[in-house]
Amino acid sequence: MPNPPHHANTHTRRTVLKSTTVAAASTALLPDAASGAASPAAANPGDVVRVTLSVNGRSRVVDVEPRVTLLDALRERLGLTGTKKGCDRGECGACTVLVDGERIKSCLTLAVMRRGSEITTVEGLADGDRLHPVQAAFIRHDAFQCGGCTSGQIMSAVACVREGHTGSEAEIREWMSGNLCRCACYQNIVAAVADAAREVRR
Amino acid sequence: MDFLRPTTLAEALAAKAERPDLVPIAGGTDVMVELNFDHRRPPGLLDLTGIAELARWSADGDVLRVGAAVPYARIVQDLGDRLPGLAMASRTVGSPQIRNRGTVGGNLGSASPAGDTHPVLIAGDAVVEVASARGARSIPADEFYLGVKRSALEPDELITAVRLAAATGPQQFAKVGTRNAMVIAVCSFAVSLHPERLRVGAAVGSAAPTPRRASAAEEFLSAELTSAGLWESREPLPDSVQRRFGELVAEAASPIDDVRGSAAYRRHALAVLARRSLGWAWREHSGGGNERCA
Ligand SMILES: Cc1cc2nc3c(=O)[nH]c(=O)nc-3n(C[C@H](O)[C@H](O)[C@H](O)COP(=O)(O)OP(=O)(O)OC[C@H]3O[C@@H](n4cnc5c(N)ncnc54)[C@H](O)[C@@H]3O)c2cc1C
Ligand code: FES
Ligand code: FES
Repeated sequence: MPNPPHHANTHTRRTVLKSTTVAAASTALLPDAASGAASPAAANPGDVVRVTLSVNGRSRVVDVEPRVTLLDALRERLGLTGTKKGCDRGECGACTVLVDGERIKSCLTLAVMRRGSEITTVEGLADGDRLHPVQAAFIRHDAFQCGGCTSGQIMSAVACVREGHTGSEAEIREWMSGNLCRCACYQNIVAAVADAAREVRR
Repeated sequence: MDFLRPTTLAEALAAKAERPDLVPIAGGTDVMVELNFDHRRPPGLLDLTGIAELARWSADGDVLRVGAAVPYARIVQDLGDRLPGLAMASRTVGSPQIRNRGTVGGNLGSASPAGDTHPVLIAGDAVVEVASARGARSIPADEFYLGVKRSALEPDELITAVRLAAATGPQQFAKVGTRNAMVIAVCSFAVSLHPERLRVGAAVGSAAPTPRRASAAEEFLSAELTSAGLWESREPLPDSVQRRFGELVAEAASPIDDVRGSAAYRRHALAVLARRSLGWAWREHSGGGNERCA
Protein backbone atom coordinates (compact mmCIF):
# COMPACT_ATOMS: atom_id res chain seq x y z
CA MET A 1 0.00 0.00 0.00
CA PRO A 2 1.63 3.30 -0.96
CA ASN A 3 1.56 5.63 1.98
CA PRO A 4 -0.77 8.54 1.42
CA PRO A 5 1.17 11.81 1.51
CA HIS A 6 -0.85 13.21 4.39
CA HIS A 7 0.05 10.53 6.88
CA ALA A 8 3.00 12.41 8.27
CA ASN A 9 1.20 15.64 8.94
CA THR A 10 -2.34 14.47 9.36
CA HIS A 11 -2.98 16.57 12.40
CA THR A 12 -2.08 19.94 10.97
CA ARG A 13 -3.78 19.24 7.70
CA ARG A 14 -6.96 18.08 9.32
CA THR A 15 -7.06 21.15 11.52
CA VAL A 16 -6.65 23.38 8.50
CA LEU A 17 -9.40 21.54 6.63
CA LYS A 18 -11.71 21.77 9.62
CA SER A 19 -11.38 25.49 9.84
CA THR A 20 -11.95 25.90 6.10
CA THR A 21 -15.12 23.89 6.37
CA VAL A 22 -16.36 26.11 9.14
CA ALA A 23 -15.49 29.20 7.12
CA ALA A 24 -17.17 27.80 4.03
CA ALA A 25 -20.28 26.79 5.93
CA SER A 26 -20.62 30.22 7.47
CA THR A 27 -20.83 31.92 4.09
CA ALA A 28 -24.28 30.29 3.77
CA LEU A 29 -24.16 30.66 0.00
CA LEU A 30 -24.20 26.97 -0.65
CA PRO A 31 -26.84 25.41 -2.84
CA ASP A 32 -28.68 22.87 -0.76
CA ALA A 33 -28.85 19.87 -3.00
CA ALA A 34 -29.91 17.49 -0.26
CA SER A 35 -33.52 18.52 -0.67
CA GLY A 36 -33.41 17.80 -4.38
CA ALA A 37 -31.93 14.35 -3.96
CA ALA A 38 -34.68 12.60 -5.87
CA SER A 39 -34.76 14.76 -8.97
CA PRO A 40 -31.86 15.42 -11.33
CA ALA A 41 -30.13 17.84 -9.02
CA ALA A 42 -27.51 19.57 -11.08
CA ALA A 43 -24.56 21.31 -9.57
CA ASN A 44 -22.49 23.73 -11.58
CA PRO A 45 -18.76 23.32 -12.06
CA GLY A 46 -16.92 24.25 -8.91
CA ASP A 47 -20.15 24.19 -7.00
CA VAL A 48 -20.21 22.86 -3.53
CA VAL A 49 -23.11 20.61 -2.74
CA ARG A 50 -24.61 20.18 0.70
CA VAL A 51 -24.99 16.51 1.44
CA THR A 52 -26.55 14.92 4.47
CA LEU A 53 -24.90 11.63 5.31
CA SER A 54 -26.01 9.21 7.96
CA VAL A 55 -22.80 8.01 9.59
CA ASN A 56 -22.77 5.59 12.51
CA GLY A 57 -26.37 6.44 13.27
CA ARG A 58 -25.83 10.20 13.29
CA SER A 59 -26.93 12.60 10.62
CA ARG A 60 -23.96 14.65 9.40
CA VAL A 61 -23.98 17.53 6.96
CA VAL A 62 -21.02 18.07 4.65
CA ASP A 63 -20.42 20.60 1.93
CA VAL A 64 -18.48 18.91 -0.82
CA GLU A 65 -17.72 19.23 -4.49
CA PRO A 66 -19.43 16.40 -6.37
CA ARG A 67 -16.08 14.78 -7.15
CA VAL A 68 -15.23 14.19 -3.47
CA THR A 69 -15.18 10.50 -2.55
CA LEU A 70 -16.99 9.16 0.46
CA LEU A 71 -13.54 8.29 1.83
CA ASP A 72 -12.30 11.88 1.65
CA ALA A 73 -15.59 13.22 3.01
CA LEU A 74 -15.31 10.91 6.03
CA ARG A 75 -11.65 11.60 6.70
CA GLU A 76 -11.18 15.20 5.77
CA ARG A 77 -14.61 16.76 6.28
CA LEU A 78 -15.99 14.73 9.16
CA GLY A 79 -12.69 14.01 10.89
CA LEU A 80 -13.45 10.29 10.93
CA THR A 81 -9.91 9.17 10.19
CA GLY A 82 -10.39 5.56 11.28
CA THR A 83 -11.13 4.73 7.65
CA LYS A 84 -7.77 4.64 5.85
CA LYS A 85 -6.62 5.50 2.37
CA GLY A 86 -4.10 3.05 0.98
CA CYS A 87 -4.42 3.18 -2.79
CA ASP A 88 -7.48 5.30 -3.71
CA ARG A 89 -8.20 2.82 -6.51
CA GLY A 90 -10.13 -0.05 -5.02
CA GLU A 91 -7.25 -2.45 -4.66
CA CYS A 92 -6.19 -2.48 -1.01
CA GLY A 93 -9.44 -2.44 0.97
CA ALA A 94 -8.15 -0.10 3.69
CA CYS A 95 -11.11 2.20 3.05
CA THR A 96 -13.79 -0.49 3.45
CA VAL A 97 -16.99 0.74 5.13
CA LEU A 98 -20.49 -0.65 5.35
CA VAL A 99 -23.19 1.06 3.33
CA ASP A 100 -26.66 -0.17 4.20
CA GLY A 101 -24.96 -3.20 5.73
CA GLU A 102 -22.92 -4.05 2.61
CA ARG A 103 -19.15 -3.72 2.49
CA ILE A 104 -17.86 -1.38 -0.18
CA LYS A 105 -14.70 0.57 -0.87
CA SER A 106 -15.31 4.15 0.11
CA CYS A 107 -12.64 5.41 -2.33
CA LEU A 108 -14.81 4.14 -5.21
CA THR A 109 -17.98 5.99 -4.37
CA LEU A 110 -18.85 9.66 -4.24
CA ALA A 111 -20.20 11.29 -1.11
CA VAL A 112 -23.07 12.76 -3.16
CA MET A 113 -24.09 9.24 -4.19
CA ARG A 114 -24.54 8.14 -0.61
CA ARG A 115 -27.32 10.44 0.53
CA GLY A 116 -29.97 8.43 2.26
CA SER A 117 -27.61 5.49 2.89
CA GLU A 118 -26.67 4.29 6.35
CA ILE A 119 -22.88 4.34 6.59
CA THR A 120 -20.94 2.45 9.24
CA THR A 121 -17.25 3.12 9.80
CA VAL A 122 -14.86 1.50 12.25
CA GLU A 123 -15.70 4.29 14.71
CA GLY A 124 -19.27 3.05 14.80
CA LEU A 125 -18.63 -0.57 15.74
CA ALA A 126 -18.01 -0.46 19.48
CA ASP A 127 -20.87 -0.09 21.88
CA GLY A 128 -19.46 2.56 24.19
CA ASP A 129 -16.42 0.92 25.78
CA ARG A 130 -17.47 -2.54 24.68
CA LEU A 131 -15.62 -3.55 21.55
CA HIS A 132 -17.39 -5.27 18.69
CA PRO A 133 -16.63 -9.03 18.73
CA VAL A 134 -14.56 -8.65 15.55
CA GLN A 135 -12.48 -5.86 17.10
CA ALA A 136 -11.94 -7.92 20.24
CA ALA A 137 -10.93 -10.96 18.17
CA PHE A 138 -8.37 -8.91 16.23
CA ILE A 139 -6.76 -7.87 19.51
CA ARG A 140 -6.86 -11.39 20.97
CA HIS A 141 -5.20 -12.81 17.88
CA ASP A 142 -2.71 -10.00 17.42
CA ALA A 143 -4.06 -9.62 13.89
CA PHE A 144 -2.07 -6.52 12.96
CA GLN A 145 1.34 -4.94 13.05
CA CYS A 146 1.38 -1.39 11.67
CA GLY A 147 -2.42 -1.18 11.72
CA GLY A 148 -2.68 0.53 8.35
CA CYS A 149 -5.01 -2.08 6.93
CA THR A 150 -6.75 -2.94 10.17
CA SER A 151 -9.89 -0.82 10.10
CA GLY A 152 -10.57 -1.99 6.57
CA GLN A 153 -9.92 -5.61 7.56
CA ILE A 154 -12.26 -5.27 10.52
CA MET A 155 -15.08 -3.71 8.49
CA SER A 156 -14.67 -6.35 5.82
CA ALA A 157 -14.61 -9.07 8.49
CA VAL A 158 -17.83 -7.77 10.07
CA ALA A 159 -19.54 -8.19 6.69
CA CYS A 160 -17.80 -11.50 5.99
CA VAL A 161 -19.09 -12.94 9.28
CA ARG A 162 -22.57 -11.60 8.67
CA GLU A 163 -22.59 -13.04 5.13
CA GLY A 164 -21.68 -16.41 6.59
CA HIS A 165 -18.51 -16.88 4.56
CA THR A 166 -16.48 -18.27 7.44
CA GLY A 167 -16.97 -22.01 7.04
CA SER A 168 -13.29 -22.80 6.58
CA GLU A 169 -9.92 -21.09 6.51
CA ALA A 170 -9.98 -21.25 2.71
CA GLU A 171 -13.41 -19.67 2.60
CA ILE A 172 -12.33 -16.85 4.90
CA ARG A 173 -9.24 -16.21 2.80
CA GLU A 174 -11.33 -16.11 -0.36
CA TRP A 175 -13.92 -13.73 1.10
CA MET A 176 -11.32 -11.48 2.76
CA SER A 177 -9.34 -11.25 -0.49
CA GLY A 178 -10.32 -7.62 -1.08
CA ASN A 179 -8.20 -6.54 1.88
CA LEU A 180 -4.44 -6.52 1.58
CA CYS A 181 -2.02 -6.44 4.50
CA ARG A 182 1.46 -5.20 3.79
CA CYS A 183 2.64 -6.55 7.10
CA ALA A 184 1.34 -9.97 6.02
CA CYS A 185 -0.62 -10.73 9.18
CA TYR A 186 -2.93 -12.94 7.16
CA GLN A 187 -2.57 -15.99 9.39
CA ASN A 188 -3.68 -14.06 12.46
CA ILE A 189 -6.38 -12.15 10.58
CA VAL A 190 -7.92 -15.41 9.37
CA ALA A 191 -7.80 -16.80 12.92
CA ALA A 192 -9.44 -13.64 14.27
CA VAL A 193 -12.23 -13.78 11.70
CA ALA A 194 -12.89 -17.46 12.43
CA ASP A 195 -12.94 -16.77 16.16
CA ALA A 196 -15.22 -13.75 15.81
CA ALA A 197 -17.60 -15.83 13.70
CA ARG A 198 -17.79 -18.45 16.47
CA GLU A 199 -18.33 -15.72 19.04
CA VAL A 200 -21.11 -14.05 17.06
CA ARG A 201 -22.86 -17.37 16.48
CA ARG A 202 -22.84 -18.16 20.19
CA MET B 1 -18.36 19.01 -12.42
CA ASP B 2 -22.12 18.58 -12.51
CA PHE B 3 -23.81 15.73 -10.78
CA LEU B 4 -27.18 14.45 -11.92
CA ARG B 5 -29.14 11.77 -10.18
CA PRO B 6 -32.25 10.83 -12.15
CA THR B 7 -34.72 8.38 -10.64
CA THR B 8 -36.28 7.11 -13.87
CA LEU B 9 -34.77 5.84 -17.10
CA ALA B 10 -36.79 8.39 -19.07
CA GLU B 11 -35.20 11.23 -17.07
CA ALA B 12 -31.74 9.75 -17.57
CA LEU B 13 -32.24 9.39 -21.32
CA ALA B 14 -33.54 12.95 -21.58
CA ALA B 15 -30.46 14.21 -19.73
CA LYS B 16 -28.14 12.15 -21.95
CA ALA B 17 -29.89 13.44 -25.10
CA GLU B 18 -29.41 17.02 -24.00
CA ARG B 19 -25.87 16.44 -22.76
CA PRO B 20 -24.17 13.46 -24.42
CA ASP B 21 -20.95 14.44 -22.62
CA LEU B 22 -22.36 13.30 -19.27
CA VAL B 23 -20.48 10.26 -18.01
CA PRO B 24 -22.73 7.56 -16.55
CA ILE B 25 -21.69 6.11 -13.22
CA ALA B 26 -23.12 2.84 -11.88
CA GLY B 27 -20.91 0.86 -9.49
CA GLY B 28 -18.16 3.42 -10.02
CA THR B 29 -15.45 0.77 -9.88
CA ASP B 30 -13.98 1.91 -13.20
CA VAL B 31 -15.09 5.56 -13.32
CA MET B 32 -13.86 6.42 -9.82
CA VAL B 33 -10.35 5.17 -10.51
CA GLU B 34 -10.22 7.52 -13.49
CA LEU B 35 -11.55 10.44 -11.45
CA ASN B 36 -9.30 9.88 -8.44
CA PHE B 37 -6.21 9.79 -10.62
CA ASP B 38 -7.34 12.64 -12.83
CA HIS B 39 -7.29 10.48 -15.97
CA ARG B 40 -10.65 11.89 -16.81
CA ARG B 41 -12.36 15.18 -16.00
CA PRO B 42 -15.93 14.76 -17.15
CA PRO B 43 -18.05 17.90 -17.29
CA GLY B 44 -20.73 15.98 -15.44
CA LEU B 45 -21.68 12.64 -14.00
CA LEU B 46 -24.98 10.87 -14.53
CA ASP B 47 -25.57 8.68 -11.49
CA LEU B 48 -27.57 5.62 -12.51
CA THR B 49 -27.88 4.12 -9.04
CA GLY B 50 -31.19 5.84 -8.30
CA ILE B 51 -32.95 4.18 -11.25
CA ALA B 52 -34.80 1.15 -9.89
CA GLU B 53 -35.61 -0.32 -13.33
CA LEU B 54 -31.90 -0.68 -14.17
CA ALA B 55 -31.20 -2.55 -10.94
CA ARG B 56 -33.69 -5.38 -11.53
CA TRP B 57 -33.52 -8.68 -13.34
CA SER B 58 -36.52 -10.55 -14.69
CA ALA B 59 -37.38 -13.76 -16.52
CA ASP B 60 -39.51 -13.85 -19.63
CA GLY B 61 -40.01 -17.54 -20.29
CA ASP B 62 -36.53 -18.97 -20.86
CA VAL B 63 -34.96 -15.60 -21.47
CA LEU B 64 -33.39 -13.66 -18.62
CA ARG B 65 -33.11 -9.92 -18.73
CA VAL B 66 -30.46 -8.59 -16.38
CA GLY B 67 -30.65 -4.85 -15.77
CA ALA B 68 -27.44 -2.96 -16.52
CA ALA B 69 -27.01 -1.86 -12.91
CA VAL B 70 -27.54 -5.22 -11.18
CA PRO B 71 -24.36 -5.76 -9.13
CA TYR B 72 -22.27 -8.91 -9.60
CA ALA B 73 -23.02 -10.08 -6.06
CA ARG B 74 -26.73 -10.26 -6.93
CA ILE B 75 -26.06 -12.16 -10.17
CA VAL B 76 -24.05 -14.72 -8.23
CA GLN B 77 -26.71 -15.00 -5.55
CA ASP B 78 -29.85 -15.01 -7.70
CA LEU B 79 -28.88 -16.37 -11.11
CA GLY B 80 -26.19 -18.99 -10.50
CA ASP B 81 -28.51 -21.80 -11.58
CA ARG B 82 -29.95 -20.24 -14.73
CA LEU B 83 -26.92 -18.25 -15.90
CA PRO B 84 -24.02 -20.32 -14.58
CA GLY B 85 -21.46 -18.87 -17.01
CA LEU B 86 -22.29 -15.28 -16.15
CA ALA B 87 -22.34 -16.14 -12.44
CA MET B 88 -18.94 -17.84 -12.71
CA ALA B 89 -17.42 -14.81 -14.40
CA SER B 90 -19.10 -12.50 -11.88
CA ARG B 91 -17.63 -14.51 -9.03
CA THR B 92 -14.11 -13.82 -10.32
CA VAL B 93 -14.47 -10.03 -10.61
CA GLY B 94 -12.28 -8.07 -8.20
CA SER B 95 -13.11 -8.80 -4.58
CA PRO B 96 -16.28 -9.04 -2.49
CA GLN B 97 -16.38 -5.25 -2.10
CA ILE B 98 -16.01 -4.74 -5.87
CA ARG B 99 -18.72 -7.32 -6.58
CA ASN B 100 -21.14 -5.56 -4.24
CA ARG B 101 -21.00 -2.53 -6.52
CA GLY B 102 -19.63 -3.43 -9.97
CA THR B 103 -22.13 -4.17 -12.75
CA VAL B 104 -22.36 -5.83 -16.15
CA GLY B 105 -23.51 -2.48 -17.59
CA GLY B 106 -20.26 -0.96 -16.34
CA ASN B 107 -18.20 -3.82 -17.73
CA LEU B 108 -19.85 -3.20 -21.13
CA GLY B 109 -19.56 0.58 -20.78
CA SER B 110 -15.81 0.30 -20.22
CA ALA B 111 -15.53 -2.29 -23.02
CA SER B 112 -12.08 -3.28 -21.85
CA PRO B 113 -10.84 -6.32 -23.78
CA ALA B 114 -10.10 -7.83 -20.35
CA GLY B 115 -13.62 -7.44 -18.94
CA ASP B 116 -14.64 -10.79 -17.50
CA THR B 117 -18.27 -10.89 -18.56
CA HIS B 118 -17.58 -10.35 -22.27
CA PRO B 119 -16.56 -13.87 -23.33
CA VAL B 120 -19.54 -15.27 -21.41
CA LEU B 121 -21.95 -12.89 -23.12
CA ILE B 122 -20.59 -13.83 -26.54
CA ALA B 123 -20.53 -17.59 -25.87
CA GLY B 124 -24.11 -17.40 -24.56
CA ASP B 125 -25.34 -15.41 -27.59
CA ALA B 126 -26.41 -12.53 -25.34
CA VAL B 127 -28.00 -9.37 -26.65
CA VAL B 128 -27.13 -5.96 -25.24
CA GLU B 129 -30.15 -3.69 -24.87
CA VAL B 130 -29.42 0.01 -25.26
CA ALA B 131 -31.73 3.00 -25.27
CA SER B 132 -31.76 6.71 -25.99
CA ALA B 133 -34.46 9.35 -26.19
CA ARG B 134 -34.66 8.28 -29.87
CA GLY B 135 -35.69 4.76 -28.96
CA ALA B 136 -34.31 1.37 -27.95
CA ARG B 137 -32.25 -1.16 -29.90
CA SER B 138 -30.70 -4.55 -29.31
CA ILE B 139 -27.10 -5.29 -30.21
CA PRO B 140 -25.79 -8.89 -30.36
CA ALA B 141 -22.91 -9.10 -27.88
CA ASP B 142 -20.36 -10.01 -30.55
CA GLU B 143 -21.22 -6.83 -32.47
CA PHE B 144 -21.02 -4.60 -29.40
CA TYR B 145 -17.24 -4.42 -29.06
CA LEU B 146 -15.51 -2.34 -31.72
CA GLY B 147 -11.99 -1.85 -30.41
CA VAL B 148 -9.96 -1.36 -27.25
CA LYS B 149 -12.44 0.38 -24.93
CA ARG B 150 -14.67 1.24 -27.89
CA SER B 151 -18.19 -0.04 -28.34
CA ALA B 152 -21.26 0.35 -30.54
CA LEU B 153 -22.89 2.57 -27.90
CA GLU B 154 -23.80 6.04 -29.26
CA PRO B 155 -23.02 9.11 -27.12
CA ASP B 156 -26.69 9.70 -26.29
CA GLU B 157 -27.36 6.06 -25.42
CA LEU B 158 -27.35 4.13 -22.17
CA ILE B 159 -27.05 0.39 -21.72
CA THR B 160 -30.28 -0.80 -20.13
CA ALA B 161 -29.86 -4.58 -19.87
CA VAL B 162 -28.38 -7.76 -21.23
CA ARG B 163 -30.68 -10.50 -22.41
CA LEU B 164 -29.63 -14.12 -22.55
CA ALA B 165 -31.26 -17.51 -22.59
CA ALA B 166 -31.23 -19.60 -19.44
CA ALA B 167 -28.61 -22.34 -19.73
CA THR B 168 -29.73 -25.54 -21.45
CA GLY B 169 -26.37 -27.20 -20.97
CA PRO B 170 -23.13 -26.77 -19.05
CA GLN B 171 -21.24 -23.47 -19.15
CA GLN B 172 -17.73 -22.70 -18.03
CA PHE B 173 -15.60 -19.61 -17.60
CA ALA B 174 -11.92 -19.60 -16.77
CA LYS B 175 -9.27 -16.93 -16.57
CA VAL B 176 -5.55 -16.76 -16.03
CA GLY B 177 -4.16 -14.24 -13.57
CA THR B 178 -1.39 -13.90 -11.04
CA ARG B 179 -3.67 -14.49 -8.07
CA ASN B 180 -7.33 -15.25 -7.45
CA ALA B 181 -8.52 -11.83 -6.36
CA MET B 182 -8.31 -8.46 -8.03
CA VAL B 183 -6.38 -9.32 -11.12
CA ILE B 184 -6.96 -8.21 -14.65
CA ALA B 185 -7.19 -11.36 -16.73
CA VAL B 186 -4.07 -12.27 -18.70
CA CYS B 187 -6.48 -14.17 -20.88
CA SER B 188 -9.91 -15.65 -20.35
CA PHE B 189 -12.24 -18.11 -21.99
CA ALA B 190 -15.92 -19.01 -21.91
CA VAL B 191 -17.73 -22.01 -23.33
CA SER B 192 -21.46 -22.79 -23.44
CA LEU B 193 -22.96 -26.06 -24.62
CA HIS B 194 -26.36 -25.67 -26.25
CA PRO B 195 -27.49 -29.30 -26.72
CA GLU B 196 -31.00 -28.32 -27.88
CA ARG B 197 -29.49 -26.46 -30.84
CA LEU B 198 -26.60 -28.89 -31.30
CA ARG B 199 -24.32 -25.90 -30.95
CA VAL B 200 -21.30 -24.86 -28.93
CA GLY B 201 -20.53 -21.24 -28.04
CA ALA B 202 -16.92 -20.23 -27.33
CA ALA B 203 -15.20 -16.87 -26.88
CA VAL B 204 -11.90 -15.44 -25.69
CA GLY B 205 -11.12 -12.37 -23.61
CA SER B 206 -8.00 -10.30 -23.02
CA ALA B 207 -6.38 -11.83 -26.09
CA ALA B 208 -7.27 -9.39 -28.88
CA PRO B 209 -8.29 -5.71 -29.16
CA THR B 210 -11.83 -6.86 -28.36
CA PRO B 211 -13.37 -9.91 -26.75
CA ARG B 212 -13.87 -12.30 -29.61
CA ARG B 213 -15.95 -15.28 -30.68
CA ALA B 214 -13.86 -18.36 -31.52
CA SER B 215 -15.99 -19.22 -34.56
CA ALA B 216 -13.77 -21.92 -36.10
CA ALA B 217 -13.56 -23.71 -32.75
CA GLU B 218 -17.34 -23.48 -32.29
CA GLU B 219 -18.01 -24.91 -35.75
CA PHE B 220 -15.43 -27.65 -35.44
CA LEU B 221 -16.75 -28.89 -32.10
CA SER B 222 -20.43 -28.57 -32.99
CA ALA B 223 -19.83 -30.64 -36.11
CA GLU B 224 -17.75 -33.28 -34.30
CA LEU B 225 -20.32 -33.71 -31.54
CA THR B 226 -23.17 -33.99 -34.00
CA SER B 227 -21.51 -36.31 -36.53
CA ALA B 228 -20.28 -38.72 -33.84
CA GLY B 229 -23.66 -38.67 -32.07
CA LEU B 230 -21.97 -37.52 -28.88
CA TRP B 231 -24.70 -35.06 -27.87
CA GLU B 232 -27.01 -38.03 -27.20
CA SER B 233 -24.52 -40.75 -26.31
CA ARG B 234 -22.73 -38.40 -23.89
CA GLU B 235 -19.64 -40.56 -24.23
CA PRO B 236 -16.24 -39.15 -23.28
CA LEU B 237 -14.77 -36.69 -25.74
CA PRO B 238 -11.79 -38.01 -27.69
CA ASP B 239 -8.55 -36.33 -26.62
CA SER B 240 -7.84 -35.35 -30.19
CA VAL B 241 -11.10 -33.37 -30.34
CA GLN B 242 -10.37 -31.54 -27.11
CA ARG B 243 -6.87 -30.71 -28.27
CA ARG B 244 -7.98 -29.49 -31.69
CA PHE B 245 -10.67 -27.36 -30.03
CA GLY B 246 -7.98 -25.76 -27.85
CA GLU B 247 -5.79 -25.03 -30.87
CA LEU B 248 -8.65 -23.41 -32.76
CA VAL B 249 -9.55 -21.26 -29.75
CA ALA B 250 -5.94 -20.07 -29.51
CA GLU B 251 -5.98 -19.27 -33.23
CA ALA B 252 -8.99 -17.00 -32.74
CA ALA B 253 -6.87 -14.70 -30.59
CA SER B 254 -4.50 -12.00 -31.76
CA PRO B 255 -2.80 -11.25 -28.48
CA ILE B 256 -0.07 -8.73 -27.70
CA ASP B 257 2.98 -8.75 -25.48
CA ASP B 258 2.40 -6.61 -22.43
CA VAL B 259 3.30 -6.44 -18.75
CA ARG B 260 0.82 -9.15 -17.91
CA GLY B 261 2.08 -11.71 -20.38
CA SER B 262 3.56 -12.35 -23.78
CA ALA B 263 1.48 -13.07 -26.86
CA ALA B 264 2.99 -16.54 -27.09
CA TYR B 265 2.09 -17.29 -23.47
CA ARG B 266 -1.47 -16.08 -24.00
CA ARG B 267 -1.92 -18.33 -27.03
CA HIS B 268 -0.56 -21.30 -25.14
CA ALA B 269 -2.64 -20.56 -22.04
CA LEU B 270 -5.81 -20.13 -24.09
CA ALA B 271 -5.39 -23.53 -25.69
CA VAL B 272 -5.00 -25.07 -22.24
CA LEU B 273 -7.92 -23.12 -20.74
CA ALA B 274 -10.17 -24.08 -23.63
CA ARG B 275 -9.26 -27.75 -23.49
CA ARG B 276 -9.79 -27.93 -19.72
CA SER B 277 -12.99 -25.89 -19.64
CA LEU B 278 -14.43 -28.07 -22.37
CA GLY B 279 -13.43 -31.13 -20.35
CA TRP B 280 -15.26 -29.80 -17.27
CA ALA B 281 -18.32 -28.85 -19.30
CA TRP B 282 -18.40 -32.20 -21.06
CA ARG B 283 -18.11 -34.17 -17.85
CA GLU B 284 -21.08 -32.25 -16.55
CA HIS B 285 -22.99 -33.02 -19.77
CA SER B 286 -22.13 -36.71 -19.35
CA GLY B 287 -23.66 -36.62 -15.89
CA GLY B 288 -20.38 -36.42 -14.02
CA GLY B 289 -21.75 -33.58 -11.92
CA ASN B 290 -21.42 -29.93 -12.20
CA GLU B 291 -17.88 -28.75 -11.84
CA ARG B 292 -17.04 -25.23 -10.97
CA CYS B 293 -13.90 -23.39 -11.67
CA ALA B 294 -13.22 -19.82 -10.71
C1 LIG C 1 -9.77 -3.42 -7.63
C2 LIG C 1 -10.54 -3.66 -8.91
C3 LIG C 1 -10.59 -4.95 -9.42
C4 LIG C 1 -11.28 -5.20 -10.61
N1 LIG C 1 -11.31 -6.48 -11.07
C5 LIG C 1 -11.98 -6.75 -12.21
C6 LIG C 1 -12.04 -8.09 -12.69
O1 LIG C 1 -11.53 -9.03 -12.07
N2 LIG C 1 -12.71 -8.30 -13.85
C7 LIG C 1 -13.33 -7.31 -14.54
O2 LIG C 1 -13.94 -7.57 -15.57
N3 LIG C 1 -13.28 -6.02 -14.10
C8 LIG C 1 -12.63 -5.73 -12.96
N4 LIG C 1 -12.58 -4.44 -12.50
C9 LIG C 1 -13.20 -3.38 -13.30
C10 LIG C 1 -14.64 -3.06 -12.93
O3 LIG C 1 -14.95 -3.48 -11.62
C11 LIG C 1 -15.64 -3.71 -13.89
O4 LIG C 1 -15.37 -3.31 -15.20
C12 LIG C 1 -17.09 -3.39 -13.53
O5 LIG C 1 -17.93 -4.23 -14.27
C13 LIG C 1 -17.46 -1.95 -13.80
O6 LIG C 1 -18.81 -1.79 -13.41
P1 LIG C 1 -19.29 -0.47 -12.63
O7 LIG C 1 -20.76 -0.58 -12.48
O8 LIG C 1 -18.52 -0.28 -11.41
O9 LIG C 1 -18.91 0.62 -13.73
P2 LIG C 1 -18.67 2.19 -13.62
O10 LIG C 1 -17.33 2.47 -13.11
O11 LIG C 1 -19.83 2.83 -12.95
O12 LIG C 1 -18.74 2.51 -15.17
C14 LIG C 1 -17.80 1.96 -16.08
C15 LIG C 1 -17.99 2.58 -17.46
O13 LIG C 1 -19.23 2.21 -18.01
C16 LIG C 1 -20.05 3.34 -18.22
N5 LIG C 1 -21.39 2.89 -17.83
C17 LIG C 1 -21.76 2.32 -16.66
N6 LIG C 1 -23.05 1.95 -16.70
C18 LIG C 1 -23.52 2.31 -17.92
C19 LIG C 1 -24.78 2.19 -18.57
N7 LIG C 1 -25.83 1.62 -17.97
N8 LIG C 1 -24.90 2.67 -19.82
C20 LIG C 1 -23.84 3.24 -20.45
N9 LIG C 1 -22.62 3.36 -19.90
C21 LIG C 1 -22.46 2.90 -18.64
C22 LIG C 1 -19.47 4.43 -17.39
O14 LIG C 1 -19.72 5.70 -17.92
C23 LIG C 1 -18.00 4.10 -17.46
O15 LIG C 1 -17.44 4.53 -18.65
C24 LIG C 1 -11.91 -4.15 -11.31
C25 LIG C 1 -11.88 -2.86 -10.78
C26 LIG C 1 -11.21 -2.61 -9.59
C27 LIG C 1 -11.18 -1.22 -9.04
S1 FES D 1 -8.03 3.14 -0.54
FE1 FES D 1 -7.38 1.21 -1.29
S2 FES D 1 -9.27 0.28 -1.73
FE2 FES D 1 -9.89 2.28 -1.21
S1 FES E 1 -0.70 -3.44 6.60
FE1 FES E 1 0.31 -3.37 8.51
S2 FES E 1 -1.04 -4.50 9.76
FE2 FES E 1 -1.83 -4.86 7.75
